[in-house]
Amino acid sequence: MTAPVYAAPANAPVEPATKQGRFLLEREGVLGPLLLLPAVVYILALVGFPLILAVLYAFSDVTVGSPHITSTKDFVGLANFRVILNDPVFREALRNTIVFTVVSQVIVVVLATILGLVLAEDFKGKRLVRFLILLPWTTPIALSVLGWFWMLDSVYSPIDYVMREVGLLGPHTPFGPARNMYWLGKTNLAQASVIAVHVWRTLPLATVILLAGLSSIPKDIVEAANMDGASYWRTLFKVKLPLLTPIMSVAILFSIIFTFTDLSVSLVLTRGGPVNDTQVIATWAYFKGIQGGNLAQGAAIALFMVPVLVVIAVLMLRLARRTETT
Amino acid sequence: MAVVETRKLTKRFSDEVVAVNEIDLRCVDGEFLVLLGPSGCGKTTLLRMIGGLEQPTSGEILIADRVVNNLPPRARQIAMVFQSYALYPHMSVYENIAFPLKAAKLDKAAQREKIAWAASILGIDELLKRKPRQLSGGQRQRVALARALVREPNVFLLDEPLSNLDAQRRASARDELQVFQKDIGTTTIYVTHDQVEAMGMGDRIAVIDSGHIRQLGTPHEIYEEPADTFVATFVGSPPMNLVPEGDELVGFRPEAFYPITADTPSDTSSVLRVNVINAREEYLGSEKLIYAEVNGIRVVSRLPANVDAGIAEGSSATFGVLRSNLRHFNAETGLRVQPGRVPVLSGAANA
Amino acid sequence: MVTTADRTMAHLPDEDSGKYRVMTIGARVVLYLLALLFAAFAAIPFIWMIITSFKTDQDLYNPNHSPFEFTTPPTLHNYTLLFTSTHYLTFIANTLIVALLVVVITVAAVVPAAYSLTRLAGRWGENLGILIFLVYLVPPTLLFIPLTGVIADINLQNSWWSLVLVYPTFTIPFCTWLMMGFFKSVPWEIEEQAMIDGYTRLGAIWRTVIPISIPGILTIVIFSFTLTMHEFVYALAFVQSSSQKTVSVGVFTELIRGDVYFWQSLMAAAALVALPVALLYNFFLDRFIAGFTLGAVKG
Repeated sequence: MTAPVYAAPANAPVEPATKQGRFLLEREGVLGPLLLLPAVVYILALVGFPLILAVLYAFSDVTVGSPHITSTKDFVGLANFRVILNDPVFREALRNTIVFTVVSQVIVVVLATILGLVLAEDFKGKRLVRFLILLPWTTPIALSVLGWFWMLDSVYSPIDYVMREVGLLGPHTPFGPARNMYWLGKTNLAQASVIAVHVWRTLPLATVILLAGLSSIPKDIVEAANMDGASYWRTLFKVKLPLLTPIMSVAILFSIIFTFTDLSVSLVLTRGGPVNDTQVIATWAYFKGIQGGNLAQGAAIALFMVPVLVVIAVLMLRLARRTETT
Repeated sequence: MAVVETRKLTKRFSDEVVAVNEIDLRCVDGEFLVLLGPSGCGKTTLLRMIGGLEQPTSGEILIADRVVNNLPPRARQIAMVFQSYALYPHMSVYENIAFPLKAAKLDKAAQREKIAWAASILGIDELLKRKPRQLSGGQRQRVALARALVREPNVFLLDEPLSNLDAQRRASARDELQVFQKDIGTTTIYVTHDQVEAMGMGDRIAVIDSGHIRQLGTPHEIYEEPADTFVATFVGSPPMNLVPEGDELVGFRPEAFYPITADTPSDTSSVLRVNVINAREEYLGSEKLIYAEVNGIRVVSRLPANVDAGIAEGSSATFGVLRSNLRHFNAETGLRVQPGRVPVLSGAANA
Repeated sequence: MVTTADRTMAHLPDEDSGKYRVMTIGARVVLYLLALLFAAFAAIPFIWMIITSFKTDQDLYNPNHSPFEFTTPPTLHNYTLLFTSTHYLTFIANTLIVALLVVVITVAAVVPAAYSLTRLAGRWGENLGILIFLVYLVPPTLLFIPLTGVIADINLQNSWWSLVLVYPTFTIPFCTWLMMGFFKSVPWEIEEQAMIDGYTRLGAIWRTVIPISIPGILTIVIFSFTLTMHEFVYALAFVQSSSQKTVSVGVFTELIRGDVYFWQSLMAAAALVALPVALLYNFFLDRFIAGFTLGAVKG
């Protein structure tokens, strides 16, 4: 049936333009940006603009009392940075931030790997263990650090009590003769405590991300390794861990950001003490900028986080792109 | 009259990718038109443009003689059934079928009546309270059809609606769908990559490749008079044999290619004799295929299973094909041509 | 690994099977020990918190009493004190209302944005999505100083409204990313079908995509809620008067007066918020992690 086809007149009626206006919202080119607008405006106004403002502040003389840049006279060039860099407290804060981040994250990598492998096995009570292990991440940080603050109390620390009971602390003991460690009162112990709490706080995140990675390793790869007679350890180091590298990188990049920019741990635990020994960039920016009212210097101090953030953002983008193509 | 028409319809996804290239197509009232082609040939894009889900780059789409390029899908008086059936998972079967009626602001009583009507046509009265996930593939397909039916559209657009069914169910669904379409008489455009569906169901078939319509015609025309080598080899299983002969390709269907034995004498004026080598037989139950070579070119013969051709593995034999069954194509363009000379084929036997 | 070893064993001669044993008793012991050790490390501050909150003064403030036992019977006095003589209930109320408003703003901004990025933005949608996600990584400690100026300019200093305004800056980016994952799992054909069936695009979204994505929306509701409960830096910087404080900051600044600590009430206050939030978080953690893995792992 080669149907006798009927052709519509060449000038068939087109829907009139007035009617088309009604369908404007159907167009992807119109609707797409429109739906995106609120979120983008929000982010630009309250993240983008403040970021620019942070830079402007850093080169100005604004304070809480006069928080406006009204004329070019308010710009003071590099004065803030000169003051900051000449301040030994800032240099110590910068050093502490880097040391705390590096040391805590090295520990997190090791512990998260061990903990991830433990949680990958089946055992009784695993759900409870998982819930408990996640507590440091799932609870509001200021409140949980308050718990540590009390754990490390100079007189009533339960850790000290246990040490006394087993004969490590008190008269005639290895850590004696004092009856208390004064965890947050001595430089090294305070710094170690801050690092420990950072480890405690970010370990759950790194672990669960790693676990997600572990469960995504194709079973047949591990099975093939087992078939070939590889032992548990050989499979672990030669097969599993290499496959986990990208996901582990993601986990660590997040952990680094959360640790590097953190204010809560040092502030709640030690308020930067003893004598600035646990001061970090964030706490120092807070003390200078908010408590001291010198917004300009506070902003300049906080800007020292930016290089690290940029590097991490770039690394993340690379990782995201790589996972996209595979 | 033409229910659906496209004029120089083109869709470019990027500079290199032209999914649909200046397609002119007319689909008449009540017709079952099949768009047939390999995956990625542009047939689904064409259907989606007719449905209003894809904006054409250029060209016009007419439905019921109105240019609808600027109309959204809902204003085009069409119904579509997707490959996945796209049933709304959060609604019951009843609510699924009622969904387009609600959009049309039909009152509840009229909705009920119409749903009952559609459900009885498709035999799904028992399923109305179920959720889509509780249905089999075949049931889902019927629900999707019922939902399309209640819209009383100008045209049904069906995108591979049988490809999610298992092989057995597919054959009966093919039959049902065809009966259903003839009963309700609604113009249907049906996209498939399955030539059996196309041949069995289509009033006409448009064979599409790389964004072009290679041939538009009845199943008979498509099979017997392929317009080019693409159509000749895409339609038919196994495909048409193509043997080079000078600047032409000589084509013949496997079932028209048969072994010549002593007791099947034939005169050379009406039968072309071909000597083949390396013959090999494949038994398929209902039929058998014989693979062989002519001058290095693979050819296939299809015979009823009960024919004993007496061909030993790897042997040579003489085959014949009626000259009226020969089709000629330009070797360069692949287009159908009238025979330039009487074919002899290099491997032809001199009787 | 366990099942694999099982299966492999069946094909091996007996003398070899020892090598492929599922897990030796020693390994099991190590496993349990490690699990116990990590769980204790994670949970001890909270256990100590809870025990403390029920202790009497004479029990708690005697260094010779075991901190893990009740030498005198447990008391609810600290909780009564917390609820009657502190602003704790005000803090809770402030926190809840801030969280509620933040959730509303977040959902209102995130659902359309995520839809737009997955469905309407074409190829650059995914990249823009990643970019928005990276905004989540801009830390509050970098922004709180300029934002203090902004908040002062619009006269919201010392009011929890400032938090309502600022918190969506971190909930929107993360939740947009999460929501994109959900929308990607809804087949396009469902909404196309609805558009064919007679609805506008917005009508189709409202009637099909949104109902199907309810679990996803619930997830972002929970996350904007918990992220708000977690926040500390902005609340510390913007709000000074007790009547406007949220829990994290209120407990930290108000219940510690100089050097006098009401430890039991303080711990009660922390535990009462921390544990419910942890429970809520835990329910939805897997989806959260799926977002964090940047799509490297299918959640």
